[in-house]
Amino acid sequence: MNYLQEILVISTALFFIGIYGLLTRRNIIAILMSVELMLNSVNINFVAFNKYLYPNSLDGIFFSIFIITIAAAEVALAIAIVINLYRNHDSVDIDSTTLLKY
Amino acid sequence: MNLLLLLLIPVLTLAGIGLLPAKKAKWMALLGSVVQLVACIILLRLFLQQPDATLSGALLFQNDYTWYSSLNIHLHTGIDGISLSMILLTSLVMLAGVLVSWNIQKMTKEFFMLLMLLSAGAYGFFISLDLFVVFFFLEIAVIPKFMLIGIWGSGKKEYSATKLALMLMGASAMIFVGLIGLYYQDQGADGFNLVALAANPAPLAVQKFFFPFAFIGFGVFTALFPFHTWVPDGHSSAPTAGSMFLAGISMKLGGYGCLRVATYLMPDAAHYYAPWIILLAAIAILYGAFATMMQTDLKYINAYSSVSHCGFVLLGIGVLTKTGIAGAVIQMVSHGLMTALFFAMIGMVYERTHTRDIAKMGGLLKSIPFISTLFVMVALCSLGLPGFSGFVAEMMVFIGAWENANPLYRIATLAATASIVVTAVYILNTVGKVIMGPVKKESFLHLKDAAWYEKSAALLLIAGILLIGMAPFLIINLIEPGTQSIMDKITLISGK
Amino acid sequence: MNYAQYIPLLLALPLLSFAILGIWGRKSLKKSSGIIGTMVLLILTIISIAVATHYFFIGEKLNNGYQTIFALNIPWLNFGYKNLSIDIGLLLDPISVMMLVVITVVSLMVHIFSLGYMKGEERYPTYFAFLSLFTFSMLGLVLSANIFQMYIFWELVGVSSYLLIGFYFTQPKAVAAAKKAFIVTRFADLGFLIGILMLGIQAETFDFLTLIERLTNAESTAYINMHTTSFLGISALTWALSLVFVGGAGKSAMFPLHIWLPDAMEGPTPVSALIHAATMVVAGVFLVARLFPIFHFNHTALNLVAWTGALSALFAAVIACTQTDIKRVLAYSTMSQIGYMMFALGVSGYGGESGLGYTASLFHLFTHAFFKSLLFLGAGIIIHAIHSNDLKDMGGLRHALPVTHLTFLIACLAIAGVPPLSGFFSKEEILLAAWEGNRMIFTIGLLTAGLTAFYMFRLYFLIFWNRPATKVISKEAPASMKIPLIILAAISLVAGFIPFSQLVTTDQQPFKSSFHVLFSIAPLLLVIAGIFTAMRLYKNPGEKAAHLAQWFGKFYQGALHKFYIDEVYLFITRNFIYKIIGSPAARFDKQVVDGGVNGLGNGTRFIAEKIKALQNGRVQWYLLVFLGGILILSFIFIGWNKI
Repeated sequence: MNYLQEILVISTALFFIGIYGLLTRRNIIAILMSVELMLNSVNINFVAFNKYLYPNSLDGIFFSIFIITIAAAEVALAIAIVINLYRNHDSVDIDSTTLLKY
Repeated sequence: MNLLLLLLIPVLTLAGIGLLPAKKAKWMALLGSVVQLVACIILLRLFLQQPDATLSGALLFQNDYTWYSSLNIHLHTGIDGISLSMILLTSLVMLAGVLVSWNIQKMTKEFFMLLMLLSAGAYGFFISLDLFVVFFFLEIAVIPKFMLIGIWGSGKKEYSATKLALMLMGASAMIFVGLIGLYYQDQGADGFNLVALAANPAPLAVQKFFFPFAFIGFGVFTALFPFHTWVPDGHSSAPTAGSMFLAGISMKLGGYGCLRVATYLMPDAAHYYAPWIILLAAIAILYGAFATMMQTDLKYINAYSSVSHCGFVLLGIGVLTKTGIAGAVIQMVSHGLMTALFFAMIGMVYERTHTRDIAKMGGLLKSIPFISTLFVMVALCSLGLPGFSGFVAEMMVFIGAWENANPLYRIATLAATASIVVTAVYILNTVGKVIMGPVKKESFLHLKDAAWYEKSAALLLIAGILLIGMAPFLIINLIEPGTQSIMDKITLISGK
Repeated sequence: MNYAQYIPLLLALPLLSFAILGIWGRKSLKKSSGIIGTMVLLILTIISIAVATHYFFIGEKLNNGYQTIFALNIPWLNFGYKNLSIDIGLLLDPISVMMLVVITVVSLMVHIFSLGYMKGEERYPTYFAFLSLFTFSMLGLVLSANIFQMYIFWELVGVSSYLLIGFYFTQPKAVAAAKKAFIVTRFADLGFLIGILMLGIQAETFDFLTLIERLTNAESTAYINMHTTSFLGISALTWALSLVFVGGAGKSAMFPLHIWLPDAMEGPTPVSALIHAATMVVAGVFLVARLFPIFHFNHTALNLVAWTGALSALFAAVIACTQTDIKRVLAYSTMSQIGYMMFALGVSGYGGESGLGYTASLFHLFTHAFFKSLLFLGAGIIIHAIHSNDLKDMGGLRHALPVTHLTFLIACLAIAGVPPLSGFFSKEEILLAAWEGNRMIFTIGLLTAGLTAFYMFRLYFLIFWNRPATKVISKEAPASMKIPLIILAAISLVAGFIPFSQLVTTDQQPFKSSFHVLFSIAPLLLVIAGIFTAMRLYKNPGEKAAHLAQWFGKFYQGALHKFYIDEVYLFITRNFIYKIIGSPAARFDKQVVDGGVNGLGNGTRFIAEKIKALQNGRVQWYLLVFLGGILILSFIFIGWNKI
């Protein structure tokens, strides 16, 4: 059975849910979570393509593991920044950190 | 003599100032300028001994070093009488500039270093025969001005410095467009080589397109109406030596460029645009004079009168006659010396009275006779009195302009001649209020007259003015071959 | 010929003396500067008198006429266009030789006088330096062989006059007068310069002799060109000559460019005697005389000269009758007498006896120089004695100042034209020439002669008679001030007997001037009437003069206020030059030109201000724009490929 189409629909939905969260959330932690959603939707794509289109290779699997690793590192870094922001601004609201302008 | 020596001396002086302690900076600068002046005089002597010196179109002491071979850019140097007279002017004004800055307190070392850098730019500009290198040195002469005015200036110095730098940068951009146009007109075969480009002028359509860029670009440097507005603010905010350099040499870079780059390389277009140049020059002359009449600040008076006087340079170039061009060159030298001296005198007066408002001064002749006498002399030179250099230059321009019977030329000449009356009005007004008249303040009676360095600076410049004014044939003979070779290009075209 | 080699000394010596006194005068030569200057002048006087004797009486003559001699001719400034150049040359011909004598003699007298007059002055050396400069420039002017050279010296006499008028530089009035004199004459010089350009470019020379030759020869191209081209219906030659004459009129204080002369009296009195009475102010007459052959061929220009002269003569004489400042009366009298010289040139013919007007004009120039400088020096002593310029403070001075009184009287008689003093002869010749040339002008001249006698004797009686002696502050004067007076008075007495028509003529050929006794009756009667009226009105104190003034009413008021010419000029400069041209130009520069550049800067800033709102620092906003951009771009590209 080929579920590729259904899986792609799910991953696309997941991706746009992530974008939606990214654009609308005010809380930085929530934004990070949205970014994770987007990354994971890509992971799903990789795994699905690997399984249905190139069943003889493992490239897609490797890539998703790679992305998970990077994401873990990135979250570690991001959380550190968020903690620093919180210390300086007493909030993790994205609107309070608009320093990078003009 | 290798002309690069003229570059080497200021650069070595600059390095010397950098290495020495701040207290000795001025002595090093003085030494460097004196050596440079001597070198220039030796160069003049060597130049006159050359058998080719009287040949028209002869560019002597040529040296050619490849700089960027892939772009065909060369460090190509050489001079004729016109550039030599500009070099002599530069060395005189620089020496005088160093002398009047003797008392500078703030960041002495940096001040003299910038001054040396400026002079290096000017020398490089006048000796180069490669358009790219010409442009390179022109830029070198712009940036230090920004700092000179911004750091050592007075009044609204930041505004003036920015305005000056931006306008001159804009002008440089236009010049660069013109140069690129000349470079690509023959697919870069002649490169930026001035001699080769002159021998092989661009087609008319190309000239017509690129001439305005080059001419207006250089014109901004020499206060072409209506792009002169950096002049009054820039000059009045600059420190004395800065104003001297700015008016005495920097404005001449523009005039020289208009002549050597725009007119010499694009004679057809010069013919085509001549009426416009003349129109703008006549406006600048008369309008500058009237605007000067209304000023009350000494530096503004001299700055606006520079607009008027530099109009003569442009008029002389615009009429495209040999007399006119010779007049323009002499006016450049004359105005360079005169305005430098005028700014020096204004600086000396300001240092003593602490005001530049002519209404607040008066009767200075009583307490500071030397400064006042020189002030009156330079004022009379500005007014075009015979015996001073200004008269010679103005008369040559008038004759050169009157040669052409075209009504436009006649009207422009009449307007230019009318300026001698307006000039008399503002000059005598200034002298009457500053030097003569009742002594306005008790403290003016106890002013100290010029010190040795001020005296030597003033005498140096007035000597040059008097030399040209009393024996104009000397400078005419010097620049004759140069003007003739430019004229040859122009008449070749009008003969077609 | 050999005496010509001393001529360059005439220029070199005063220039040298100027340089020496100017540079070292203030410090090391403080006391001796006056002596140095005077000695130099003495040498110059000797040279020029020797030259004149040689030239007129000993030197070789050509066809019985005087030759023109070039003592020097070196190219100075070559314009490189059709051989046009300014050559510094020294030209000797009757008029320049005559002028040499006038200038050096008067200048010497003034130098000697100044030794006493300026004693104790703080800027004593500077004063003598300026006098030397003036003498140099004036001699250069009359010796010029080249019209451009003349213009050069023309400017130099202008500047020396400026420096000397403004000698008392702390007095605002002196400074203003100096400025006014320079600017008004500069304005006139503008005309001169344009005239020179027109003549020079057309005739392709600036050399006087060649210029005259080319422009009087009806065959030459220059002559034809200048006659055929015209502007506003007036030929180029007329324009050029009129413009040159404007220059002359400015220097010679002709109406309406005379306004600087009365004010110029703010300078030291000896200076007024030298510059503003005897020498510089007649430069205009000299200029027209120099170019006379060309003027003669152009009736419009010549008529302009004649009428300007006649009008100025009458106009100034009327004003002189009402002024109360002794030096101003003399200044207007100078203007009036120069008017005489001008119209004499204007009515003159050319060649032989018809050139009488020319001869008469230069004769009057010659005699006038002496008696007018005498009058000024006398006025100097009077001012010195009572420390006032105003006639109201004077009166009955004849006992206190006997020498001055006598010499002043001689000068008054001479200028009024009483025989056998010098003024009589020259004035007679002028009137005779006018009678033959133009009857209207003759009438004006006659009237002016009467007025001249009246105002001069009004001056004389008001100073020396009128009321009991005024208190005199200082004694008459040292010998150095008296001697020049006596010498000048002697010259004024006898100068009329010089046979001028033998010496200075239009074509340099001497002729015998005829003297008509009958002709001189009318002017003489008028002169006597003038003198007697003045005597009746002013010899004794009384109200008669005031009554007469009242009778003239408005006219008297007008003349007293110099016919409001100054006010007109002031009105024009204030309301026109400054308000309509100057200040709008300055405002235009500040607002439009400068405003343009500032506007460019502000415009850039304004746009930046507007678009910076896009960079608000909100990451989510950036992201939205980014996604939107991608969306739009992908639509465009997909669409693009479809098409």
